[in-house]
Amino acid sequence: MAQVSSISNEQSPTAKSVTLKISRYNPEHDESSQFMEFPVKYDQLSTFLEAILDVKKHFDHSVAVRYSCRQATCGSCGMIINGKPRLACFTKISELDSNVITVEPMNNFPVIRDLAVKFEKLFDTHQKIKPYLIRDDTELVSDEKEFLQTPEEVEQYIQFANCIKCGLCNSACPTMATDSSFVGPQALAQAYRYVADSRDKGKDSRLKIIDDSHGIWRCHFAGSCSQVCPKGVDPAMGIQLLRGYMLGFRS
Amino acid sequence: MPNDEHREGIGGMINPRRYGIERVAYLLMRLSGLGLLAYFIGHIYETSNILRGQVGWDDFMELISGTEGHIVMSIVIAMCVFHTVNGVRVMLGHGGVGVGKPARPDYPYDPASQNYRHKIGIYSAIVLAAVAMMYGLAVMFGE
Amino acid sequence: MRESTIMKIHYGTALAAVALVAVHILMRLTMGYAESLEYENVLANYKFVPYAIMLELILVLLAVHGFNGLRVILLELKQGRLYEKAVSYGCLVAMIGLIAYGSRTIIMTNMGMV
Repeated sequence: MAQVSSISNEQSPTAKSVTLKISRYNPEHDESSQFMEFPVKYDQLSTFLEAILDVKKHFDHSVAVRYSCRQATCGSCGMIINGKPRLACFTKISELDSNVITVEPMNNFPVIRDLAVKFEKLFDTHQKIKPYLIRDDTELVSDEKEFLQTPEEVEQYIQFANCIKCGLCNSACPTMATDSSFVGPQALAQAYRYVADSRDKGKDSRLKIIDDSHGIWRCHFAGSCSQVCPKGVDPAMGIQLLRGYMLGFRS
Repeated sequence: MPNDEHREGIGGMINPRRYGIERVAYLLMRLSGLGLLAYFIGHIYETSNILRGQVGWDDFMELISGTEGHIVMSIVIAMCVFHTVNGVRVMLGHGGVGVGKPARPDYPYDPASQNYRHKIGIYSAIVLAAVAMMYGLAVMFGE
Repeated sequence: MRESTIMKIHYGTALAAVALVAVHILMRLTMGYAESLEYENVLANYKFVPYAIMLELILVLLAVHGFNGLRVILLELKQGRLYEKAVSYGCLVAMIGLIAYGSRTIIMTNMGMV
């Protein structure tokens, strides 16, 4: 395990110090991953993304991390922080109350390098459940009005429309841990988002897609996906409500 | 990395420590299911000894009615009760019963599906399994 | 068969088995536990046709539920066309084998072929 010596950086006098153990792995030439330790200063509001960017700036520029918005909107910086999937930009170091914190790439996603993972499979399964309104008519034709909805109808799905496709739910899911063909909580929750939308007419085609030996029935309601979701989407609820349609509890 | 897809594997699937009681229930459900299937197969073999007549049946009963047999049986009772009670909870959940209603989420985004109803269901399953196990032990060792 | 149909059978067999297994266990407690397992009493249970039918039902329900549960666990552990077919057909064969073996005990005992 490599350790990098500490350097002083400009922080407030109230700053504390924490050791970040960052998983380093380059599939092109590494046999296995290794942890590198970096001592970083933080204050009450410092996030893990800030700390990792600090590491890149002061210790090792080659640490690979994907990020963009820094405000839990783009869904790019998901990683395993102290054993649980979290968004680095949305998790404060002070929240974890630990002197040594491990940072690893998300589970159940192929690693590109260090903390950056591939999202192709997530986007593929998301696309597979037809994440758009399906109906014969369109609001784009002239003389047509927009599709109206009552506030109650919007409430049915708006929670699930908050998904930022960060992949934390897929990383926490126990089925995803071993089943490479499973659709996953992200896509299933999005299937519910469109099925529950009063403007959508594609319920049957979506239910057919997920009624597969690696579809919705491989969810066992362990709820880990909902516990790690940084946007309150609650995929476990969406999946069970979606399954309610298939079991005849909902129409 | 252990594999190209960087899957957590069985170790991650069965690790009950990170995600609360729901993940513990998930693990216990699997273990109790496998245990009950093993017992069921054994039970079918055990009862087939009746075809060997009274001597064959009594010989086999003697083999399984010792202390070890009673302890195994009490574990089976606990697995059976847990699997049943938690199974009913999971089945209701699968139908969308007791998982909450969709609503605009507010920070800190506590998931409505991981609510007290299901937690009570899980703890009830564990407590009832323990009580049934005690009762089973009392009945078997009481005679 | 569609996965939803299989899983509906999984839930249905579970609920039916809970009710019948409860009766089966209660029968062990109507007299003393050890006494209920004595040869004559067990034989009398098997020869009582309604009880024998109930045992046969429990056998089928639990075999279907148990081996489908095993199939689900095995399908989630490893993937691949050949493996998944082997698991599905393997569980089906094991289920039929167990039902056949258990039915042999029930039918032969019920008919007095002991």
